[in-house]
Amino acid sequence: MFEQIVFYAFAAGLIFAAFMVITVRNPVHAALFLVAGFFASAGLWLLLEAEFLAIALVLVYVGAVMVLFLFVVMMLDINITVLREGFTANLPIAGIVAFLMLAAIGLVVGRHHFGLTEIPAPQAAGADYENTAALGRVLYTQYLLPFEIAAVVLLVAIIAAIALTLRSTRQTKAPRPERQVRVTRAERVRLVSMAAEKPAPADAPEA
Amino acid sequence: MNDLTLIMPEASLLVLACAVLLVDAFVGRARPDATFWSAVLSCVVVLAQVASFVPEKTLFAFSGTLRVDVLGVVLKTFVVALVLLSFFYAREHFSKRPGERRGEYYPLALFATLGMMILVSASSLLTVYLGLELLSLSLYSLVAIQRDSLPASEAGMKYFILGALASGLLLYGMSILYGVAGTLDLPELLVKIDNLESSRLLLTFGLVFLVVGIGFKLGVVPFHMWVPDVYQGASTPVTQFIGTAPKVAAFGMAMRLLVDGLEGLAENWQQMLIILSVLSMGLGNLLAIAQRNFKRMLAYSTIAHMGFLLLGLISASSNGYAASMFYVTLYALMSMGAFGSIILLSSSQGDADQLSDLTGLARRSPWFAFILLILVFSMAGVPPFGGFWAKWSVLKEVVAADYVWLAGLAVVFSLIGAFYYLRVVKIMYFDAPEPGAAQVRSSADMGLILSANGLAVLVLGLVPNILMQVCLAAAIPYAP
Repeated sequence: MFEQIVFYAFAAGLIFAAFMVITVRNPVHAALFLVAGFFASAGLWLLLEAEFLAIALVLVYVGAVMVLFLFVVMMLDINITVLREGFTANLPIAGIVAFLMLAAIGLVVGRHHFGLTEIPAPQAAGADYENTAALGRVLYTQYLLPFEIAAVVLLVAIIAAIALTLRSTRQTKAPRPERQVRVTRAERVRLVSMAAEKPAPADAPEA
Repeated sequence: MNDLTLIMPEASLLVLACAVLLVDAFVGRARPDATFWSAVLSCVVVLAQVASFVPEKTLFAFSGTLRVDVLGVVLKTFVVALVLLSFFYAREHFSKRPGERRGEYYPLALFATLGMMILVSASSLLTVYLGLELLSLSLYSLVAIQRDSLPASEAGMKYFILGALASGLLLYGMSILYGVAGTLDLPELLVKIDNLESSRLLLTFGLVFLVVGIGFKLGVVPFHMWVPDVYQGASTPVTQFIGTAPKVAAFGMAMRLLVDGLEGLAENWQQMLIILSVLSMGLGNLLAIAQRNFKRMLAYSTIAHMGFLLLGLISASSNGYAASMFYVTLYALMSMGAFGSIILLSSSQGDADQLSDLTGLARRSPWFAFILLILVFSMAGVPPFGGFWAKWSVLKEVVAADYVWLAGLAVVFSLIGAFYYLRVVKIMYFDAPEPGAAQVRSSADMGLILSANGLAVLVLGLVPNILMQVCLAAAIPYAP
């Protein structure tokens, strides 16, 4: 009973947060609601006895990824009114399509097919069960290849990020002391030989 | 067989791609050709490794997440060979445009190749997804790499957002399949589906999302929205890259998911593919007629060709799969040549990507007009060029599978398509060139590569059996 209350509380929180992410006006608030959404899913994962993953979600996504994301959102100069144009115009059609999709999905992925009689709840693990150790064991044995490919995907992401943002031309200006002290007079002073006085033009108009 | 021996081509490609990246970082600026040649060398090494080992029966590695079979080896050979060919075109393009960023092109293309190799030899839903992501991520960044060009940035953004959406849908479908069958392993899924008659609806529900993912990667209607903008917006060698090898890989992905994993649901996915195929052939061919931009026209023609390719899968027989494979390989070769001609005609000022840039090509450069004539006739499906046999073999299998109306529809759409292909020929041969039109100038190796590309299509049209035997051999395990 208690488990169900907790589940519904977190699930409702997750749906609310997800809805707010796409509807609030302020992008910073949207990012903060996304953080709330991550917290709610971490709670759900705890209920599923995936403790390590739940904590990793909070540490990595809430702690690192979203903070960076917030910085990016704050630094970008987003004109929200321009982005919002056409949002309400398409809402009726989009709403109908979304509702129909939701109803169809609800019919298929409902109690009839995923109920407790069709798919019984797994046995709860004992007190000495170590989530982290079990995860580590399959990650480095059974799922070694996917794990390595994921690493390559991250490498490509790094290369792509650098390729898309690095400006090869120098944009920062800094003094170079080693060149400053070696400067010679010829580089700084140019002697120009010229007449001492500029002669007045012969046919200058009278003032 | 040792796991590491089986994954040797992929492993060496990873190491070589990193090496190419380092070569570019350290000597790329002083000698741009060093990056190119090291990339070519990597492809040759990997090609030799892939082709040197053809397994007699399907082998599995890494706890069944990777498989090595004839289909995988053949597709990997085609993919790497196509990538190698596209590098030569890219070099010509970059030598005409010293200002464009070229350094990251080769390493990113090699990483995309790695993704394609993993994708076509995947044996688990997880490997399929990761291979696809590796491929897509490299492609997104390749499109957007000309960041000072507005069309390229827009195309990259569109591709990225729609691609992320498609990945999400694919993952959702995979999670449903995992929820029902309790396994990520494709061969295991194949066995389990037969015992899951009661969950048929759920499995079909998951299948829909998988078909969406495949449809997006192939670029078939209604998941085609990204194709024209990406083809037109991206730099020509990038478009050429996207339009060739990844199509072969997407075919491999469809084979792995639909046939290796979900053949038990064939009657369901056949229906879905028929809808996708008819819509693509119709919309692609009709909209291509209205295009004035050559790259955009080729984009719509790709949509139509991918619809045609699906016909072979619809027949759900080993001969049909072989016919589809033959089709996609030939299509990749033709599309390579067509984009190659754009690179050939372009100057340092800009892309020659308007149809009007081809005006009177026959008088300016009879030989290259002839090569483009071969390619365009082949795309239209005129005998004796390769494209005719590709269309013919697919149609034969569709008729054999008792979908005569579908074959008839495909022929009608091909006839509509012939109109815009023949218009290209008309512009080249019967329109007089503008008075000031420049002669076509190309480096010797570019002329050689493009000629070989065009003549290969002609040769495959005269002796299609060379390639067809390979495709049939790859599809033997799927015979009932």
